[in-house]
Amino acid sequence: MMGRLKGWFSDFTRTPVWKSVFRHKMPKDPKNRALAVLTNVFLHLHPVRMRKQGLRISYTWCMGGVSFFLFLSLTVTGILLMFYYRPTAQHAYPDMLDLMESATLGLMREMHRWAGHLMVITVWLHMLRVFLTGSYKPPREFNWVIGVVLLVLTLLFSFTGYLLPWDQLAMWAVTVGSNMARASPGLGVEGPGSQLMAVGGVPLITAGSDVRFVLLGGRFVGEGALLRFYVLHCIGIPFIFVMLLATHFWRIRRDGGISGPGKGGPMAM
Amino acid sequence: MDTIQSWINVLFRPQLLIATSILALLGFCRYRKFCTQNKFMSAAILGFPLAFFAVSALEENFWIQFKRPDNVPISFMLWFVVFFIWLAMKKGVENDDRIAEGRPVYEAEPEEEEKVFVWPDLVYTELLCVLLISIMLVAWSILIPAPLEEPANPQLTPNPSKAPWYFLGLQEILVYFDPWLAGVLIPTFIVIGLMAIPYIDPNPKGNGYYTFAERRYEIFIFLFGFVILWVLLIFQGTFLRGPNWNFYGPYEYWDVHKVVPLTNVNLSEFIWARLLGVGMPSFWLVREIFGLLLLGLYFFALPVLFAKTLWKKFYLQMGLIPYVLGSDLMLWMLLVPIKMYLRWTLNLKYFVAIPEFFFNI
Repeated sequence: MMGRLKGWFSDFTRTPVWKSVFRHKMPKDPKNRALAVLTNVFLHLHPVRMRKQGLRISYTWCMGGVSFFLFLSLTVTGILLMFYYRPTAQHAYPDMLDLMESATLGLMREMHRWAGHLMVITVWLHMLRVFLTGSYKPPREFNWVIGVVLLVLTLLFSFTGYLLPWDQLAMWAVTVGSNMARASPGLGVEGPGSQLMAVGGVPLITAGSDVRFVLLGGRFVGEGALLRFYVLHCIGIPFIFVMLLATHFWRIRRDGGISGPGKGGPMAM
Repeated sequence: MDTIQSWINVLFRPQLLIATSILALLGFCRYRKFCTQNKFMSAAILGFPLAFFAVSALEENFWIQFKRPDNVPISFMLWFVVFFIWLAMKKGVENDDRIAEGRPVYEAEPEEEEKVFVWPDLVYTELLCVLLISIMLVAWSILIPAPLEEPANPQLTPNPSKAPWYFLGLQEILVYFDPWLAGVLIPTFIVIGLMAIPYIDPNPKGNGYYTFAERRYEIFIFLFGFVILWVLLIFQGTFLRGPNWNFYGPYEYWDVHKVVPLTNVNLSEFIWARLLGVGMPSFWLVREIFGLLLLGLYFFALPVLFAKTLWKKFYLQMGLIPYVLGSDLMLWMLLVPIKMYLRWTLNLKYFVAIPEFFFNI
């Protein structure tokens, strides 16, 4: 039985369809293994060869990779959720109920929420690992800075997503968070120094023009805020995030792959 | 049983919890060899959080907070933070021993330096990780439904109103600092401080391998910030802060009517009214002069003083600008626990209180 299956499979690998997709046989010699990485659009962010130590889970904790995979899962589940969800005060909450009650195999919201919480944690643990192995030291200083920006964006992802279910938890958590913007020095209506921002006695910074108003599109967490957070969550932040992510990965490769105790120079191709 | 529970409730008061956690972190770093190489001690460190949560989950009030779906990942995180710090310290201690003996660190062993092909070795590991995480995520999603509360209602404020869980450390700081500090300036300083790390750390050692002895100050400062001021405060904000943001012990019922007397006093009142026995001056600059002087000394004189004494070594290694940046960020970080303990001991409200300009520190 197995023999016949194997025979069918090898027949199939000789068809023009298979050959048009894969082009090459399973790479087994050094040259073809190098080509497998270099010529594949998904794999070419990797180096071709790496030190064995970089494979050790006890060294890397795999937290960067897990964070990236969670990001991919969040993208897929997020796209599916967008089919069912309308970011308006009238529809948002009933759409959530529909998702829970009516959508077939409705695990997407659960997966999106838990992967979101988990990604925040894995990004922190990734940062902890990078710090404890001193991997931010030369030549990787700037990649650490990009990583910090990615960490902030991860939190903003989660914060903007928090509002979308449009339930009490969402609205009040975002109210607590966005109230802080009111106290921004110089830019918030209750921030120190904002009284100085006045022209001829007319204040420039009011409850209707301060940084909180810009964030929420209104004086309180209402429909304007829901739309803004939705757009930021689904378009704005992902746009910046993906570009920085690509830079982050590319620089890892350019800086010699996973950090190690060598002289810090490029150690892989 | 009740007495034990009320004792544990007392032990978890912020005053004691933060102090004991700092001591535990110091002890862990000091006795790192015993804590990571001794099997019983390791088992105790890794097992204690599990045992504490398992036993506590039997208690009714603890269970109410523990079982909230959004709190589940936080409990996981607490254990993983302990585990990974223990693991990194274990590998660091082993490497430090190797360095002391003049041998290469584990990561520099010839066998570890050997090159392998990314295809198939790394790609294979990545695939396994993807499978494992997918299975875990699907299982978790089947087991625990995502919560959905009542529809959003601007007229009905829930008590307590909590920020998303990862900001609860900042919300905790909000008890001691005004929003412009706790919500804007301190988060900004955290981000700037994190970004500045590679540029203000003068130590070239410990690049690409686990160690403690070669980077003891950097690692302790980072762990202090991450474990005590971030993770511990999140734990506190999640499990120990209830209605009206009052403190509740882990086994205490969240009683909305719990009354906590609050009589906080500004530094200016301490000095003008209580110490000098005269009225409060009306002009803000005179009124707050002592607080302004104190903070001025703290942020400007202290770095200079330390550059000549305690931190002379760092000043010489780092150079002027990185030293100024690093020492002031460090002083901001220390101001958080300092202000907390001044609040708990002297009921200090603000060092400087100028409500005329919303400028309170």
